[in-house]
Amino acid sequence: MRNFTLPERELMGSGHLGCQGCGGALAMRYVLKALGEKTIVVIPACCWTIIAGPFPYSSLKVPVLHTAFETAAVAASGVRAALDIQGDTETTVIAWAGDGGTFDIGLQSLSGAAERNENIIYICYDNEAYMNTGIQRSGATPLLAWTTTTPEKTPKSEPKKDIMGIMVAHRIPYAATATIAYPDDFIRKVQKAKSIYGTKFLHVLAPCPPGWRAPSEWAIKLSRLAVQARVFPLYEVEDGERYTLNAPQADEPALPVSEYLKLQGRFSHLTEKDIQTIQGIIDKRWQKLLKLVQS
Amino acid sequence: MTPILTGTKKVVTGNHAVSYGVMLARAQVISAYPITPQTQVVELLSEFCANGTLRAKFIKVESEHSAMAALIGAASAGARTFTATSAHGLALMHEMLHWAAGARLPIVMANINRAMGPPWSVWTDQNDSLSQRDVGWMQVYCESNQEVLDTVIQAYKVAEKVFMPAMLVLDAFVLSHTAEPVEIPDQALVDQYLPPYQPIYKLDVNDPHSFGALAPPDVYMELRYKMHRAMEDALAEWARADEEYHELFGRRYGLIEPYRTDDADLILVTSGTVTSTAREVIDELRAEGRRVGLLKIRVFRPFPAQFVREAVANARKVAVIDRNISFGMGGIFAQEIKAALYNACDRPPIFGFVAGLGGRDITPHVITEIIEYAESHDDPEDLIWVGVKR
Repeated sequence: MRNFTLPERELMGSGHLGCQGCGGALAMRYVLKALGEKTIVVIPACCWTIIAGPFPYSSLKVPVLHTAFETAAVAASGVRAALDIQGDTETTVIAWAGDGGTFDIGLQSLSGAAERNENIIYICYDNEAYMNTGIQRSGATPLLAWTTTTPEKTPKSEPKKDIMGIMVAHRIPYAATATIAYPDDFIRKVQKAKSIYGTKFLHVLAPCPPGWRAPSEWAIKLSRLAVQARVFPLYEVEDGERYTLNAPQADEPALPVSEYLKLQGRFSHLTEKDIQTIQGIIDKRWQKLLKLVQS
Repeated sequence: MTPILTGTKKVVTGNHAVSYGVMLARAQVISAYPITPQTQVVELLSEFCANGTLRAKFIKVESEHSAMAALIGAASAGARTFTATSAHGLALMHEMLHWAAGARLPIVMANINRAMGPPWSVWTDQNDSLSQRDVGWMQVYCESNQEVLDTVIQAYKVAEKVFMPAMLVLDAFVLSHTAEPVEIPDQALVDQYLPPYQPIYKLDVNDPHSFGALAPPDVYMELRYKMHRAMEDALAEWARADEEYHELFGRRYGLIEPYRTDDADLILVTSGTVTSTAREVIDELRAEGRRVGLLKIRVFRPFPAQFVREAVANARKVAVIDRNISFGMGGIFAQEIKAALYNACDRPPIFGFVAGLGGRDITPHVITEIIEYAESHDDPEDLIWVGVKR
């Protein structure tokens, strides 16, 4: 590992209400370490509605605006406009939404904000289902995964929506993937996003032990395996065209996807054939990503 | 204070009267989405922002839902905010109307009354705004373009005093696209009347707090109680804001406006532009010696129940014209007035008339017929459809 020191500042309290091993909680901690005190967080309906704490408590030492499910990007745009007109261009405004609030119900206002190139950082912590309401499938749920609305007999029949592709197509100045097993990469990306004017989008894979049916101590392990198995490659895209691959390296031997899937109860019903199907999709996507990186 | 009338007169549409009001109120963040018949409001505001007449951020969002969400963000961060919409746009905002009120944000919005589809209609009726009766927004129905402009400025004054959002309402086309001479108040006087917005709480990195976090049952109800109290306080604040406005600008409108009601046997109740037509009819009938009067309801939320009770206490009959319909019940203003009167000692019988839906004209002839129907029938009727082809 390269020289890397995690910023010492701690803007998230230990008394938050996340489940044990919550990837979304750790992701927020890293983001605030990266951004510092002059940050306003806009949170739509998602697990973080709970994790942040009920009135009169807050697990965050920065201002938080809770807002409706589909409005994270636009409410953040409003906060940004108000700060700007009052002369505060220094404070960073982040929209912090789950996958449901990003891939599904919030996609319209996110697209609007991206099209207007609003000067915000939008971070989707993706736990691949509506976890806060009890593990229902979302547009981010992977192919063949179990959820409470895609039972084992009829697991999710559609692949995960390509949210990065959608955001890159808006030609925003910066879009990147990140995950909690790679804090150096994650924090660097958040700080890079802060340094750029316009709409920045971070897609953060945030393992959810209860929803993924895995032990809580495996959250970071699953995050790492997702990268190593090329399920969730780490890369960044500038101005909708310049791709950089961060991990795994192009010449790195791939981990079979079964190594990632077999640790999770939500995939325990998969047959060998199912796993081959998933492996095929992952290989195809990886090749496509490599082409974009090389072009 | 002597009235100081230093402004200029312009001939402007109702929509542009809104824009001038917003400019004079120095809104800081505007967010809107186009919809007929509102669009001209924000077109002129876009020009004001572009040419520097108004120093504001204008967020041109992708939907009305987002327009309100943007303002919720902006107002939470301490800005004075504005949007305008109509009909389906207002309906799409519904969720965020609750949010703005629950967050106690003094957002001001103009709603140009337009009938709801289907079938598509662009013409006026009040079902769009009245469908939002219970979201916690103040609602003020305007009769003239001058009242529209003045109400924008008054709305900020009251909203920022009680921390509740305010919607001013004007009829599609009858006001929105009709030009009238309007006095544009002097900016310095408006600044005196309406100082910059000073929120008690806002998103502040130097004093971090959470806004809108989960509220357990032991606190939620108290927050709703406080909203209701704020609405009650708003009645007095509208009266005060109106008086102060009169002192500076020489115009006032009241929460309600009784017209020739003192010795009236029959009082007609109206809102919006129907009031102007009705005033003419009342004058004509008075000239014939008929004891008829008119009550205009201007402020609908908070509902000025006590004022309404007093205004109609001595009448023998009340006839309410509703340009709206609550299907399965009747006209909404009639219901509100009945509710306000039920526990009063003096409560005249109430005739409920539904007329003018989807922009059908409510002419002097129609109003005369309504009055004559009520005069000639002894037993009140909850719902009388006016001029409907059966």
